[in-house]
Amino acid sequence: MAIQNKTSIFKKIFNFGPLILLYISVMNEFDLNYFDYKYFSFNFPFILIYYWSLKRIQTLSYGYIFIAGLFNDVVIGFPLGVSGLTYLLICGFAAYLRNITLRSNLFNEWLFFLFTILVVTAINYLMLITFFSIEVNYYEIAANILFTFILYYIFSYIFEGYQKLFFRGQAND
Amino acid sequence: MAASRDDFVIAIRSAFLKKDNQQRFSLIFLIIFSIALIILSRFNFPAINYLKISLNEVIYRASFIVSIPEQQIKKAGIKVQEHIALYTDYKTTKENLKELQSKEYNIKFIIEENKRLRTLIDEYVYNSDELIGKVLLDKNSPFLKSIIINKGSKDNVEIGMAVLDKEYLVGKIVEVNYSTSRALLLSDLNSKIPVSVEPGNVQSILSGSGKNNGYIQYFKDDFNIKEDNVVYTSGSGGIFKSGIPIGKIKKLNKENYFIEFFSDLSQLNFIKLVSFSSGEK
Repeated sequence: MAIQNKTSIFKKIFNFGPLILLYISVMNEFDLNYFDYKYFSFNFPFILIYYWSLKRIQTLSYGYIFIAGLFNDVVIGFPLGVSGLTYLLICGFAAYLRNITLRSNLFNEWLFFLFTILVVTAINYLMLITFFSIEVNYYEIAANILFTFILYYIFSYIFEGYQKLFFRGQAND
Repeated sequence: MAASRDDFVIAIRSAFLKKDNQQRFSLIFLIIFSIALIILSRFNFPAINYLKISLNEVIYRASFIVSIPEQQIKKAGIKVQEHIALYTDYKTTKENLKELQSKEYNIKFIIEENKRLRTLIDEYVYNSDELIGKVLLDKNSPFLKSIIINKGSKDNVEIGMAVLDKEYLVGKIVEVNYSTSRALLLSDLNSKIPVSVEPGNVQSILSGSGKNNGYIQYFKDDFNIKEDNVVYTSGSGGIFKSGIPIGKIKKLNKENYFIEFFSDLSQLNFIKLVSFSSGEK
């Protein structure tokens, strides 16, 4: 009985794994910047939100994603609501792709991810530049988009493995 | 054609309007809520400011705890690098020490002479209040260079205070909460500081590059900028006193120069918060 209880606690923790990872990444701004490689940075929350919104939205839930966006705004000093809107738009794009496809195809998802991050990053920085007069470095943004796009392919395999391991037998929404 | 447009509309409607299982809010509701937040933030709506201050207090502390493992990895990496570069560092430090010892006597003389001359011309001297703060978070993102400090309005921190690392200027306070505050580093793209370049006392503006250095904006066309010229605060604008050292000018290529800061902005642990007010000696 005790063993069964322990297993169910672990199962619950692993069910919340992507959500915990999302909160850690927005508070920690996980992008490997401490390596100090020129132009190397990527947006891990974008990858995480897109993948799990596409595959299993009940793992993250829109409300929690919105709150993660607020946390991210506070941590990096953006006006409140900017990151939340960006994250929710990614969810919207992922939900659209989920609705129009019957069988998932990593290559198509990957290309659609590029389109998604291009649009949402453009909206994000357009807002910051137009309404809040924040100066940005376009080369850095372009490099960030490129690396986020490339790394999605790798992370999607990792997340797929996680999904197979911990969500096996559970129905996707 | 009409059928494919219908499919598109249905997919969009389903994605944004449908509330999925286990979802409390639909996507469109949260998107509208975010837009409302952004608009209210733009117009500095008081309730949003209170919400932001409360969130800041909680999130900065939580973020500090969450960042501990990353900080440890970063520190371990730096330690390894330091060990590797130990011998070269030792040789350079020894040479620098010799040079500094010879310069020290000159400096002492100049300081005394400066004091005497200032008294002669009755110049105003600046009084300063100092606070020591610990860096809670170092947001070294490519888009924003700022640090979070564990001192806030309860410690009399004010917007515009200078942030120093030892005696070098590293930034200024741009946001104050009850127990924390945010300092915008000199390297941020949005940081603009009035400076003077020595020798020559050329007035200019130092702008952050978004990386770990800065560059000089707007200076006299006939000024011949040279490598190793030193950049100090000019005191224009009355925010900082004049003469706080910032960095040295380094050559990027034939025509372009950048400013290498004296302080390593990615390695800040403890900083000094200083406010300046003029008063007669």
